[in-house]
Amino acid sequence: MGEVTVPSMVRLEEGVRWIPGANALLGPLNKLVNWGRAGSIWPVTFGLACCAIEMMDAGASTNDLDRFGILFRASPRQGDCLVVAGTVSKKMAPVLRRVYDQMPEPRYVLAMGSCACSGGVFDTYAVTQGVDQIMPVDVYVPGCPPRPEALMEGFIKLQEKILKEQFRWSQWR
Amino acid sequence: MSVPSRKILEVPVADGENERYSLRMGPQHPATHGVLRVDLDLDGETIMRCTPQVGYLHRGFEKLAENRTYAQALILTDRLDYIGAMANNVGYCVAVERLLGISVPMRAKYIRTIAAEMSRLSSHLLWLATHALDVGAMTVFLYCFREREILLDLFEELCGARLTYSYPRIGGVRQDVTSRFVDELGRFIDIFPSRIEEYETLIDTNRIWLKRTVGVGKLSGAEALALGITGACLRGSGVDYDLRKHQPYDAYDQVDFEVPLGSDGDVYARYRCRMEEMHQSIRIIRQCLDQLPPGPIIGPDAPDLIMANRAPARMAAGSNRYGGGLIQLIRDQDLFPSGDIYVATEVPKGELGFYFISEGSNRPYRMHIRSPSFMHISALAVVARGGLIADLIANIGSLDVVLGESDR
Amino acid sequence: MESMAIADGLQARFPEEILQCFSFQGQVGVGIRPDRVVEILGWLRDDQAMRMDHLRSLCGVDNARRKNGGLGRFEVVYNLYSIALRHEIRIRAQLTEEDPSIDSVVSLWSGADWMERETYDLMGIRFNGHPNLRRVLLPDDWEGHPLRKEYPLRGRGEWVGITDLQAKLEELDAHGFKADDPGPEAGDAGDAATGKRKGDC
Repeated sequence: MGEVTVPSMVRLEEGVRWIPGANALLGPLNKLVNWGRAGSIWPVTFGLACCAIEMMDAGASTNDLDRFGILFRASPRQGDCLVVAGTVSKKMAPVLRRVYDQMPEPRYVLAMGSCACSGGVFDTYAVTQGVDQIMPVDVYVPGCPPRPEALMEGFIKLQEKILKEQFRWSQWR
Repeated sequence: MSVPSRKILEVPVADGENERYSLRMGPQHPATHGVLRVDLDLDGETIMRCTPQVGYLHRGFEKLAENRTYAQALILTDRLDYIGAMANNVGYCVAVERLLGISVPMRAKYIRTIAAEMSRLSSHLLWLATHALDVGAMTVFLYCFREREILLDLFEELCGARLTYSYPRIGGVRQDVTSRFVDELGRFIDIFPSRIEEYETLIDTNRIWLKRTVGVGKLSGAEALALGITGACLRGSGVDYDLRKHQPYDAYDQVDFEVPLGSDGDVYARYRCRMEEMHQSIRIIRQCLDQLPPGPIIGPDAPDLIMANRAPARMAAGSNRYGGGLIQLIRDQDLFPSGDIYVATEVPKGELGFYFISEGSNRPYRMHIRSPSFMHISALAVVARGGLIADLIANIGSLDVVLGESDR
Repeated sequence: MESMAIADGLQARFPEEILQCFSFQGQVGVGIRPDRVVEILGWLRDDQAMRMDHLRSLCGVDNARRKNGGLGRFEVVYNLYSIALRHEIRIRAQLTEEDPSIDSVVSLWSGADWMERETYDLMGIRFNGHPNLRRVLLPDDWEGHPLRKEYPLRGRGEWVGITDLQAKLEELDAHGFKADDPGPEAGDAGDAATGKRKGDC
């Protein structure tokens, strides 16, 4: 009879360990949930303006966001992250909030570009001065437009934030 | 609460055999290329009436430009058509130069022509990518972005930015091309025709592609002209109108190229026109690279970037150390001529016109932007009527609209 | 044809309608009275020597602060081009402050539809006989016409859609349905969730 070897556990993330032989994960539930969430951010494609092109670029062949587990979804019902890529005009603001309200919890908002962060150069009658006026924002990515690498950095920051969360799947626990 | 998209789907009313629906597509829809909203009245799947709604990206460019100097307003034009931003910059600079009577050295003209044509390539690549993606060819999307990335790297080598360049200056360009840029661009235009062939192999005779595009969204030449359609969409209907030939600016009168024309005026004809235009752009770039003359890159009478309304004391004319020529002091408040002018250039989408009114100050009194996408979207109502919903997607793609330019 | 010759042709054809000719940097603008604009533009489009088949742009101008070269309080500017003959002309129609309205040219160029709607939207010039004169860029319930000179760059007051939205957000907060409740132990991760909305814009 061969020896029974106890497989050593592999640390995947802080608090999440993988037992290779048993094909099992071990860790506190919130850490496991966070690990799963951070590895599968599905943003809603909400291309508003210039930044949308860089967002597409980040998802296309060269930069390939898919390798972070980030898949763009066309419907807010299937997304858990709203990338506000571009200028939010006042006419758009109610629509944007509506899309946000349609997303299931937990949901995150990533404001991409100067316009979404603060209104950018468009300090005019028609532009909302920052998307944080109408919804809470988790990550701000500055730039006009930010490079795809900057967007990736933003997503990594969002992942870090998700990994630090505790019990965020119910308001009442 | 006035949420425009509240009524998404009305309850169908049984009307004999037909059921009339009204459907609102957008403004958050992946196939509308941004934030276009289209209200559709449907009979089954046939579009009885199509009402495009724009303004979701209205940013007040024209008002903002009245409060900026000519040099400052340049950066706004980047954000008009953000897919082919360089062509907008060039168009703006050509217009302001004509307004203020500023001459441009030959080398700068050639560099701007190269940059504008690169911009046309990158815009057409993005158009092909998204158009094909909407019609169902995902592979083309990935292939086009592969080449577009090379172009963006070239732009970065040229001016440091990937998307919003502000590289041309009133009276020239910001900095000279590097030898690395020239080499890399030469290599790119050598390989690029074979890449265009690759795309064509993928979709040109693809049965699905042909079914989705041939005979869809037909427009006759006269109809297209009356609707204000310009650019490749108009040429797809057989009207020979290209501002690079009609009213040549920069170095377009120095180079030899053809204007591809279609005849059918359908989605496929527009597609073929743009594919041919890419070949022509390469031809223009190659000639410009070969003929690139030496010399200064910014004219002696180019205004300083600060564009002071009143020039302080004496200024030495012709000093180009800081990337912009300085203006000679003439008289207070009389630095610029006053009058109005309309100058149009051929951007990837069509005819981009600037109508300026100058009052002699350093700010435009009025800047009106004649935007091709705005006209194309207004034409969507005519193009899509009577077609299927699926054809609407193909039509939006082939009209090549970008909402930043449409809504301004 | 030279632009000046076109202007002369107009002068000969409509002597009482032409107010003034402007020439600047090689381009010619013709100031006209607004009453017969459809007739004038129709003639330019259909006359065999003119054949101005392409309406390049149509826009409104507010002359409130214009020092020289203005015609009346408002102007509507038409830029025409002939694709066949490759010549161009600019027509500037004079409008008064009391009644900024002019006949619509949609019957000549169907593309003028949205151009006129835009001019109405941003400049407040009405086009008589337009089939659907509504706002196009701004929401229907927007107040004021932004491109008028007296309209401030950052707007006057807030659009009702935004105030409604803000009222709705406050209501949501009051009910405790925080969009994003971090929970007590979330620590620094929940900073953004406290809804740091700025005040009115």
